[in-house]
Amino acid sequence: MTSMELPTVRSGPFHPPAELAELRERSAVCPLRFSDGHEGWLVTGYELGRKALMDARFSVSPPRMPVGEVLESDQARPGVVMGLDPPDHTRVRRLQTGYFTLKRAAGLRPGIEEIVAGRLEAMAAEGPPVDLLQVFALPIPSLAICDMLGIPHDERHRFEGPHDAAFDSERSDAERDAAYTEFLGFVREIADRKRTNPGDDLISEVVATGELRDEELPGVVEQLISAGHHTTANMLALSVYFLLAERGRWESLRAAVAADPAAIEPAVEELLRYLTLVQVGAFTRTATEEVELGGAAVGAGQSVLVSLAAANRDPARFPDPDRFDPGRDASGHLSFGYGRHMCLGQHLARLELQVGLLGLLTSFPTLELAVPADDVRQHDGRNLLAGVYGLPVTW
Amino acid sequence: VTVDPDICVGNAMCRAIAPDVFVETADGQSEVADQTGATEAAILEAAAYCPVGAILVVDIDTNETLAP
Repeated sequence: MTSMELPTVRSGPFHPPAELAELRERSAVCPLRFSDGHEGWLVTGYELGRKALMDARFSVSPPRMPVGEVLESDQARPGVVMGLDPPDHTRVRRLQTGYFTLKRAAGLRPGIEEIVAGRLEAMAAEGPPVDLLQVFALPIPSLAICDMLGIPHDERHRFEGPHDAAFDSERSDAERDAAYTEFLGFVREIADRKRTNPGDDLISEVVATGELRDEELPGVVEQLISAGHHTTANMLALSVYFLLAERGRWESLRAAVAADPAAIEPAVEELLRYLTLVQVGAFTRTATEEVELGGAAVGAGQSVLVSLAAANRDPARFPDPDRFDPGRDASGHLSFGYGRHMCLGQHLARLELQVGLLGLLTSFPTLELAVPADDVRQHDGRNLLAGVYGLPVTW
Repeated sequence: VTVDPDICVGNAMCRAIAPDVFVETADGQSEVADQTGATEAAILEAAAYCPVGAILVVDIDTNETLAP
């Protein structure tokens, strides 16, 4: 069987490439050619995807991309847990895990509610119309991560702009690398500041444990800022776009949360499943020894890409998977990954999405797109994350 | 102390915190090998650090649920 490249052309504004479903119908795993020419494998089935992401025989190195070059933002740096295997991964992740437990996230709710209330007021003061991405979706996670890391609110622009540019698949590789280098400069500045002048924040406390090597601190800061704002910002904006693109979706969710605010919880899980933010991932895993995976003989050194988007639309796990049903039990979706590297901030992300969407539905019930739905510019299918370049809304 | 196999994602943090209590199953999940293999504090930390709340800890004297 000749291998192919990862399909990246969406079959509709909110649907993964149709080829992924066709591949999965034939087999949950098939050969895949990575962008560096490496011949590896693509997993499109839910069960097999979970299995691969739980299998300790797979390493997260080397960084290898299904589409595009390995850029500065993809390099494995010390302290960046996403690119570490045990035992370093376990040690560095454990130092941060206490800040992201379910209980800890629940304690962060009042702070998130305050941030959301502030952005709802800013929206009302500025518009209509407003760009929901810039006024609402981006600041919420940015301000939340600023609070956790002890970064002054007015410095968020120093990481948001360069980070956004670094992940924009429409820019040249040189521009993206330059932008990420600028972002890393800010990261190092924060790491140095916390080391010399510790405060009452996550980074200072992690430094104080003495269990982090000096060269790992910038990596910890890099990972927390990077994963802590860009992801949720895109998910929040994309969710609102999706709900407003067909007014009935917005109205029915509005009615559901008016009757019972807890209805936002399954709705957010379904949005996470349906829209699968990390559209070209999970991040590549490489076999450290020969692994039998769903009938495929994965050789030592061979890489495997688990398509989270395909797994989340697997009818064997989610009946009628292409139907958006905010009342369904979408738990178990792979949008936060699975296994050792499952998203550390998932409870915080859920909280931001739930409080943010609930705030919009309640305070701006007549919210609508200020442009035709087709005119909203989405990230292309080669971008690491699904999302929009802006979301003009009115009310 | 029990691990719910329907919830466990194989995050493995529990095995790092209390390696004598939690062990890896053949399919990469975690299960309990020895309830007495760590201090109560370590077991509670392992339960709290589980990203999906798959670890159930119950006080056998009072029947009180201590985690998740």
